[in-house]
Amino acid sequence: MTLLAVERIKLLSTRSPWWCALVALVVTAGFTALVVGNADEQFPATVATTQFGYSFGLAVIMVLAALAVTTEYRFGTIRTTFQAIPNRGSALLAKTTVIAALSLVIGEVTAFVCWGLSTLLQPNADLALNSTADWINVAGVGVVYAVAAVIAVAVGILVRHSAGAISLLMIYSLAVESLIQLIPSIGDDIYEWLPFNVANKFLMGDGGSNSGRAADAGMPLSTSPLSPGWALAYFAAFAAVLLAIAITTAKKRDA
Amino acid sequence: MIEAQGLTKRYGKTLAVDDLSFSVTPGKVTGFLGPNGAGKSTTMRMILGLDNPTEGQVRIGGKRYHELHHPLRTVGALLDAKWVHPNRSARAHLAWMAKSNKISPRRVDEVLETVGLSAVANKRAGGFSLGMSQRLGIAAALLGDPEVLLFDEPVNGLDPEGILWIRKFMHRLAEEGRTVFVSSHLLSEMALTASELVVIGKGKLISQSSTDDFVARASENSVKVRSPQLDVLRDALTRASATVAPADDGVVVSGLDIAKIGEIAMENGVVLHELSPQRGSLEQAFMQITGDAVEYHADLEAEAQRALAPTAN
Repeated sequence: MTLLAVERIKLLSTRSPWWCALVALVVTAGFTALVVGNADEQFPATVATTQFGYSFGLAVIMVLAALAVTTEYRFGTIRTTFQAIPNRGSALLAKTTVIAALSLVIGEVTAFVCWGLSTLLQPNADLALNSTADWINVAGVGVVYAVAAVIAVAVGILVRHSAGAISLLMIYSLAVESLIQLIPSIGDDIYEWLPFNVANKFLMGDGGSNSGRAADAGMPLSTSPLSPGWALAYFAAFAAVLLAIAITTAKKRDA
Repeated sequence: MIEAQGLTKRYGKTLAVDDLSFSVTPGKVTGFLGPNGAGKSTTMRMILGLDNPTEGQVRIGGKRYHELHHPLRTVGALLDAKWVHPNRSARAHLAWMAKSNKISPRRVDEVLETVGLSAVANKRAGGFSLGMSQRLGIAAALLGDPEVLLFDEPVNGLDPEGILWIRKFMHRLAEEGRTVFVSSHLLSEMALTASELVVIGKGKLISQSSTDDFVARASENSVKVRSPQLDVLRDALTRASATVAPADDGVVVSGLDIAKIGEIAMENGVVLHELSPQRGSLEQAFMQITGDAVEYHADLEAEAQRALAPTAN
C-alpha cells in the first residue's frame, strides 16, 4: 500500500496526467459528437457508434502511461526510486498498478461522457444500455484503457526513451496491426491473434451493440475467433507477459 | 561504515572500476578523489545498488544495499542534483521519498528548513538554480536522518558562498558521528573538506591515507640549485640518493631536504649561486601522482600555445 501511495504522489504531482486525461476526454468526446451528430436515418446512431472514438483516447492513454515511465528515466528519478525502494519489481509493479487504475478511471469517464453526450445529440435514437453487449461496449472501454496502459508501461520500461517508446506504441497500434492483414495468405491468420484486434473483439463482440450491422456506422468488427471474455483474457495475458519481461529486464540492468 | 572489496565494473571492453578495495569510517569526512572518468560515480552507484558490480562487493554497515530495510534511513545520497522531475515541486519530490521509507511528513519541512528552501518549497524544481537544486539534493539525502551520506561532486558549479556552505555542512555531519563520503576531482577542495582520502585513477586504488599525508606526499618539495661546479655537486647528490634533473641554468633536486643539500655542497666545497625551494601547486602534484591514470589526456601545452598564438601576432 505504501508503494502505491508513493506512485500516486509521483503521478499526480506533475501536470502531464491531468493534461492527458483532459485531452483523452475532449478528443474522444469531440469525435463522438461529430459521428453521432451527423448520424441520419440511413445510419442511425447505436451504442457502438457512441464509442466510435475510443481509439483516439486509447492513443492518448498509451502516451500518458509510457511517459510516466520514460520521464523517470529522462530525469533520473528512476534512480532515486530504486535507491528508496531497492526491490525494483515491487516499485515497478506499484507504478503499473497506479497508472492502470488512473487509465481505468479516465476510460470509464470518457466512455460514459461520450454515451451521455450522444443521448443528448440524438434523443430519438435507441441508445439505452439494455444488453450485456451494450454494457461491455461502454463500460469495457475503461478496462481496455487500463490493459493498454500496462502494455505502454512495459514498453516504456524496455525502451526508456520517450520518443522511442511513444513512436513504437503509436506505429504498432495505429498502423502495424492493420498492415499485417495485407500479407498474402497468412496475413489474416496472424491478424486474428494481434492484441489490439483481440481487444476490439472484447468491446464489440459480434456486433450486438451495433444493431447487428457490421461497419456502416461504428467500429469495424474484430476478426478474432475468441469469445469476448476470452478476448479480454488474451489481451490481459499479453500485457502481463510484456510487463514480466520488462520488469525482469529492469532488475538485471544498471539503473 | 562503507567497505568495498575487490569492486570491479566492466562496460564491454572498458574497465571502469578495477579491483577497488577501501573502507570509509564514521565520524569524519572521507574524500573520494580522482580525475574525471576515474570511476568515482560508477563506484558510488555500485554502493547504492544502482549498478551491479561485475565482481566484488560493497557493504554498508555489514549489509548489501538491497538488504537494507528502508534504505533512505541508513544511507542518504546526492549523486546528481538534476535527478528531480522539473514539474514537481520541491516539497512533492521529498514527500514521495519520505512516504516510500515511512518517514514522517514533518521531516520534509524540517530538511527544507535545514537547507534553506522553505520559501520555495512549493515552486517547481525545474526553475531552480544549480545551487538550489544542490540544496534540494542535500535535503533529499538528509531526509531519513541517515548514518551514511554519499555526495558526488557536490560543489561542482557552485559559487564560493555555496561551496563554503557545503564544506561547513559536511564537517557538521561528520562531527555528529556520521560516515561522510564525498567525491571530487579537485585536491585543493578535498584538502579543505576531507580528513581522509581515497584516491583512485583509471578505476584503480592509488592510495588511502589521511589527507595530511597525501598532501605532504603530493607537494613533496624539490629544490632548485645553481652552481658553477654543477658536475661535482651532481655526483655528490646522486651518491646521497637524491634525484637530480637538469633545469634551465641549473638542476632541480628532489628527494633531499634543502638543508641537507646545503650541507653536501659545503662538504664538497661547492660554491652555490642559488638554493631555492620549488613549491609546485597541489593540483600539479596531484596530476603527477594520477598522471598515468588519467583516462582522457588533453595536451595542455599545445592547448596553451594555441590559445596564446593569436595574441602574439
